[in-house]
Amino acid sequence: METFTIVTGIAAPLLLPNINTDAITPMIAGRSLSADIGKLLFANWRYHPDGSEIADFVLNQPPYREAKVLIAGANFGCGSSRERAVWALMRFGIRCVIAPSFADIFYDNAFQNGLLPLVLSVAEHAALADAVAQAREPVVTVDLDLCRLTDPNGRAIAFTVPAERRVALGEGLEEIQVILRMEDDIDAFQARDRGVRPWVYLNR
Amino acid sequence: MTDATTLIDKIWDAHVIRVLSDGRTLLHIDRHLIHDGSSRQAFDGLRALDRKVRNLPLNFAVVDHIVSTLPGRTGESHPLGRERIHALRDNCRQFGVGLYDVDSPRQGIVHVIAPELGIALPGTTLVCGDSHTATNGGLGALGWGIGTTEVMHVMAAQALLLRKPKQMRITFRGAPQEGVFSKDLILHFIGRHGVSVGAGFAVEYAGEAICRMAVEERMTICNMSIEFGARMGIVAPDSSVIEYVAGRPFSPTGRLWEQAVAHWRTLASDEDACFERELEIDCSAVRPQITWGISPQDLVSIDELLPDPASAADAERCEAMRRAFAYMDLVPGRSLEGVPIDYAFIGSCTNSRFSDLEAAARVVRGRKVAAGVTALVVPGSMQVKAAAEAAGLDKVFVAAGFEWRNAGCSMCITSNVDIVVPGKRALSTTNRNFEHRQGLQSRTHLASPASVAAAAVSGRIVDVRKLLRG
Repeated sequence: METFTIVTGIAAPLLLPNINTDAITPMIAGRSLSADIGKLLFANWRYHPDGSEIADFVLNQPPYREAKVLIAGANFGCGSSRERAVWALMRFGIRCVIAPSFADIFYDNAFQNGLLPLVLSVAEHAALADAVAQAREPVVTVDLDLCRLTDPNGRAIAFTVPAERRVALGEGLEEIQVILRMEDDIDAFQARDRGVRPWVYLNR
Repeated sequence: MTDATTLIDKIWDAHVIRVLSDGRTLLHIDRHLIHDGSSRQAFDGLRALDRKVRNLPLNFAVVDHIVSTLPGRTGESHPLGRERIHALRDNCRQFGVGLYDVDSPRQGIVHVIAPELGIALPGTTLVCGDSHTATNGGLGALGWGIGTTEVMHVMAAQALLLRKPKQMRITFRGAPQEGVFSKDLILHFIGRHGVSVGAGFAVEYAGEAICRMAVEERMTICNMSIEFGARMGIVAPDSSVIEYVAGRPFSPTGRLWEQAVAHWRTLASDEDACFERELEIDCSAVRPQITWGISPQDLVSIDELLPDPASAADAERCEAMRRAFAYMDLVPGRSLEGVPIDYAFIGSCTNSRFSDLEAAARVVRGRKVAAGVTALVVPGSMQVKAAAEAAGLDKVFVAAGFEWRNAGCSMCITSNVDIVVPGKRALSTTNRNFEHRQGLQSRTHLASPASVAAAAVSGRIVDVRKLLRG
């Protein structure tokens, strides 16, 4: 997994609430296994049906074409469990999404892939969005070690991330490695549980 | 503080393998459902780790998302679906996972076949790479949707690392009126409380209306949990559940059955159990519901006028409503009743079980699909299809002019050729009315199977109660 320590880059505002995973990665364009998943990102908002760009969509405009951070509305990533939504953001170059809240499945999927879903209070989020909108250079810095976000005016905003998530992102540690260290516990649980709930363990 | 525990506590506690010092829990997963939509990279991950599927008998695979639903279908019916179906077949063969393939009489939508085959059992933990996995909560299984990375975790370890969610109880009081179904009740709840009220929560549904519901109706309620942000939704298993589960292919038998039932009877929240949040709805006040916008919270009762964005609670909501009206080509303040439709879709993991088809057939019987309307019934599983045919429901639908399809996710996710064409309006028994969900520029209204059937035969959005009264 790609590590996340400090990311400095363009922050793109996409301030709609409830941006769902069908909007982030539409089903209809995602059918082929060989399609470039970065091109899939917000495909129905980014491209006309003929494939040409929709000029007024934020990620089609300079400097946001190079965005590394997305500032989105509340409940970002609601809808389906598709992890493609995270993969597409990453492939585009987005490493951090900042929102007042995230949908649960998206939030977990993001951490599994090295994408930081960063929650700010509604007030802090609004202030950041304003600062980014007014800045000549809409550049922010996300420092995960210090849990500190710096807005385009140099103002520091503190944030919190669950400690184990922060460590995993910093080290690029995949969760499966943590789980597989506990295989003895899983063996012991199943041996015990087969006695308690034998009907659960099918023989087929 | 008391020792009182909730239904969810009881199931959770029985699955704790280990609690880590940071507060996370390694939780045992009893059942894992794998499908063609979200598993390919998980198998790749397993290969990269040089791992096997840890407990093969607890993992089940099925083709549903990308499968054709057309008569005479095969795995080759659609070029892009073919690619994914072949990938799932190859992976299942290589790892030894049992697969219900296109030609299996047990094939169907993953959340329809899991209860139907007795794969989902009360008190089990069950996961799937699909957000509607809480459907299985209808029979008292704790089910939730996961991403592809976690699909790989479950295959490798039969366990997941997670934090225990907060808990919410939603109490359904009163009795619904004629023409109001479980879909209307849960839509009403979402309309009232919004699409994120359940974020961070696992939900227990309770109350006399839930107790009186058939198990399949409870599945529809639980299915929609994710549409208000709750990953898990469950109903305590009662006698009707035990009756439902009995005799299914993977249900326990003999002495194991007796033992299982004794355990299942302990699965209820204690009377003095505490929930972080309690909400309720009065079912007697609910009328048939229909979404008007592009979020499941954009709801009106059929006899209500469309809302005015100017009266929205805040500027953000006002803007979201304007956007929804523009996309849906509707006008604030008008009625939805009478708006012409182009498609009627009865299917999906929300509403494709036998009782759903029966409720729709009751409206359709003796009527014809209106001219210009494309109407589809896509049974949730091949077993539902067979049962419906045995009851003669297929004849009712076909005589009326509906297409009678094979099982799959179909038009809920624009699978293969099952697509609403641009700018057209669909009444749909599905779970999401998002922009472009049923095809580019598709305009989706969510409703109950009876309401969709009523619209199909009327050619426009109607109050199903008028048709039921004859």
